[in-house]
Amino acid sequence: MAGTPASRLRRRLLIAAGAAGGALAIGGWLFYRERDRLRRPAALAALAGEAVFNAWLKIASGGTVTVMIPRQEMGQGITTALPLLVAEELDCEVAALRFEQAPVDSVYANATLLADAVPFRPDDHGWFAETARLTQYRFAEILGVQATGGSSSVRDAWLVMRAAGAAARAMLLAAAAKRWGVAVADCRTEAGQVIDSGSGKRLAYGELAQEAGRLEPPSRVALKEPRQFRLLGRPQARLDVPAKSDGSARFGIDVRLPGMRYAAIAHCPVFGGRLKSLDAERARRRPGVVAVIELASTPTSAAAVAIVADGWWRAKTALAALEIAWEGGPHAGLDSARQRAEYARLLASGNARAYEEVGDVGAAFKGAATLVEAEHEVPYLAHAAMEPMNATALVKEGRCEIWAGTQAPTLVKWFAAKAAGLPSDAVTVHTPFLGGGFGRRAEMDVVVEAAAIAARLPGAPVQLLWSREEDIQHDVYRPLALSRLRCALDAQGRIAAWQHRIVGQSCTQGLTARLLPAAASDLLKDKTVAEGAYDLPYAMPNRLVEHVLASQPVPVGYWRSVGHSYNAFFVEAFMDEVARAAGRDPYEFRRAMLAGAPRHLRVLETAARKAGWGTPLEAPAGVRAGRGIALAESFHSIVAQVAEVEVGQGGALRVRRVVCAIDCGRALNPDTVAAQMESGIVFGLSAALHGAITLQGGRVEQSNFTDYNVVRMADCPAIEVEIVESGWEHLGGVGEPGTPPIAPAVANAVFAATGKPVRRLPLRA
Amino acid sequence: MPALTVNGQRRDVDADAATPLLWALRDALGLVGTKFGCGVAACGACTVLVDGRAQRACVVPLGSILDKQIVTIEGAAARPAWQALRESWIAEQVPQCGYCQSGLMLACLALLEAKPGPGDGDIDGAITNICRCGTYPRVRRAIHRAAARLAKG
Repeated sequence: MAGTPASRLRRRLLIAAGAAGGALAIGGWLFYRERDRLRRPAALAALAGEAVFNAWLKIASGGTVTVMIPRQEMGQGITTALPLLVAEELDCEVAALRFEQAPVDSVYANATLLADAVPFRPDDHGWFAETARLTQYRFAEILGVQATGGSSSVRDAWLVMRAAGAAARAMLLAAAAKRWGVAVADCRTEAGQVIDSGSGKRLAYGELAQEAGRLEPPSRVALKEPRQFRLLGRPQARLDVPAKSDGSARFGIDVRLPGMRYAAIAHCPVFGGRLKSLDAERARRRPGVVAVIELASTPTSAAAVAIVADGWWRAKTALAALEIAWEGGPHAGLDSARQRAEYARLLASGNARAYEEVGDVGAAFKGAATLVEAEHEVPYLAHAAMEPMNATALVKEGRCEIWAGTQAPTLVKWFAAKAAGLPSDAVTVHTPFLGGGFGRRAEMDVVVEAAAIAARLPGAPVQLLWSREEDIQHDVYRPLALSRLRCALDAQGRIAAWQHRIVGQSCTQGLTARLLPAAASDLLKDKTVAEGAYDLPYAMPNRLVEHVLASQPVPVGYWRSVGHSYNAFFVEAFMDEVARAAGRDPYEFRRAMLAGAPRHLRVLETAARKAGWGTPLEAPAGVRAGRGIALAESFHSIVAQVAEVEVGQGGALRVRRVVCAIDCGRALNPDTVAAQMESGIVFGLSAALHGAITLQGGRVEQSNFTDYNVVRMADCPAIEVEIVESGWEHLGGVGEPGTPPIAPAVANAVFAATGKPVRRLPLRA
Repeated sequence: MPALTVNGQRRDVDADAATPLLWALRDALGLVGTKFGCGVAACGACTVLVDGRAQRACVVPLGSILDKQIVTIEGAAARPAWQALRESWIAEQVPQCGYCQSGLMLACLALLEAKPGPGDGDIDGAITNICRCGTYPRVRRAIHRAAARLAKG
């Protein structure tokens, strides 16, 4: 498209340091440079009457502003947050905003997600850490992977999507000035209109869109100073809520195509096993059955047999008519007891890799007045997103179309292509809403299977849907992990040394092995295994934090808040044991170590104050009540929670109230931040109270919500959220940071109520 | 071929009598607002109204409901309490991923129809649906808000 106005959009847009003002402090080094992120991707479609301004927005002649969403909506409110970034700088009304999922294109890559993955403390801004982040960032831009995760979407979009709005506004101003024959400087914008300040004449954006869209985009744009924001920082109704409040929102499972077939699947129940023999004669004769398809295992997906029929129920019930013999293979003897014994051995004598080494831990232990030591354990967990795994594929005439609720559309393109035996530019990816993601939908297993099945039935769209049992038993699990913590207290009861050793599998290594087996290696230093353990805000003069990598056939993957989900429990539950050994109140004990971390201190104090820390707790007769506090920084946000529990006779546990304080810099949409804290708390509480995936005979023992229970209305506590504001320059994520503190907060409340420390999840009072 | 009465309309369904209602709705009739979550009546994502009562469509065989009135999310607007519930739902900004919300809303609708002005205990007892996004506190507030509006008339 060389020479067209659209191609001129490819010109690099300089986000001038001076013009961007305070905004440039945000993201620091990240945006101190030219960006090529406003170009128009070829796949961006425009409807009649729509003018495309850049990769991020279109304006229709009626005035509607359609914002292209590069990330996937899985509940976190991203289809509202990102349009607000554009609208703020464009100066349009919220009512004019629409959203549309962006096509797959490298312009929409999430570079922040990868830059965050380097194993440095978040407060390390030394040249080595910054260079590593920049290298990752550049690499991610080249790789061009669109992915949603790591609570990174707003941080990644913060400047570019505002710049996209500002650039479009400049083009609209220029178009109006030209039409009126006045200087641009004499024009201003307000609520979706350009106004000639001299004459008072007005033109709506919709009237100007076509000619403005053809103008040369500006090479520099000035972004608003935060004090000029009209929209950001104020509660806004979510754009996706109306369709999600009448059943009209469409998810991957809701895709319906003419002539569509439905596939059900049975995977080899033993990890790493394979199909030994199959007699499908009876199943083939069942009503509606179209095909029985064997799927050999790949690095990305397990061995399975799928049945395609004219309806999912017929496909599902026909599975029972298959005579399948599976060969369990080398892991058929795997069970949870053996695994724990192996992990205990690794905890005692495995090869550890240091994640943090400060001071002289050995010497400090020798001079200790008091020693505190404890071992903690957490189980494997399933994601159990409400929408069971599914994908719909159509392979026809050398092309593949695929519909998938996914956290990584770029990977869907690559992996569907591979499975269908096509080049990746022959694949079109459609991304409907996700019925929950939590990390599970970053995986490509169901995509690979759907594309492989569709390739065997060319011309027929096939929707592959897993049963809940398949979903629970063939997940990529939050890792089982063991921890040993040792702490030396000095004569004044202060922490002199902190030694932490963690054993578990690496999610990043697991994902790499599934997606890019050639690159998988034990040498990879996965930050996630020790995050929330090696990067603590507390003043502790001598620290050694290390991790022992375990190797298991159980696939592990990212699960909301990843390593923080267990390390916060290990660290913060142990901290209460240390405080008790020091004879100190657990809140005051933490406070005393946060003099050098004022933001953490303020969050902790806010949660404690709002929860009435130190005031008497009421409890019915025969019931012991307790309050527990925990603090965790994750994904650049700081969260403290206070849980109130009741422990009844026989140990019956009720969490009745949770108070949560968060500092995510500034809340772009405060109601969404509150909702994400509520969500993260309930998700973490489900795990803390109920969640455990166990193994027997190489297979998962749990199968559905009947034995993998989660929190429901009756056991959901009252939740209060307080947002602590520290400024836009500290922008942090919100999708995950609500989860890490809840398990230790509840554990500490139980400890306070019963006097017995909690060292193992799920929690039993 | 069984015939069902769904949202006031008589519809023929190409499925045998043992097929769960959920699959007749989603695959045969294209009413995909009703969701599949567990298949064992444990999560409530597939909740529909059968003669006004909340039922989990994944375990209701077609043969058992041929003479009954079925209401799905697509037909909920015809119920008198629906508008108040939907507006309260939006006012409280309940949904997140949104997947379980059809089933949750129909369970709440059945509760409001059976018991105007439900207390927290009624809500705990009646609303046993699973929401992995944890919208429960907002669902509770939306029920109370809708009940208050309906009481005002």
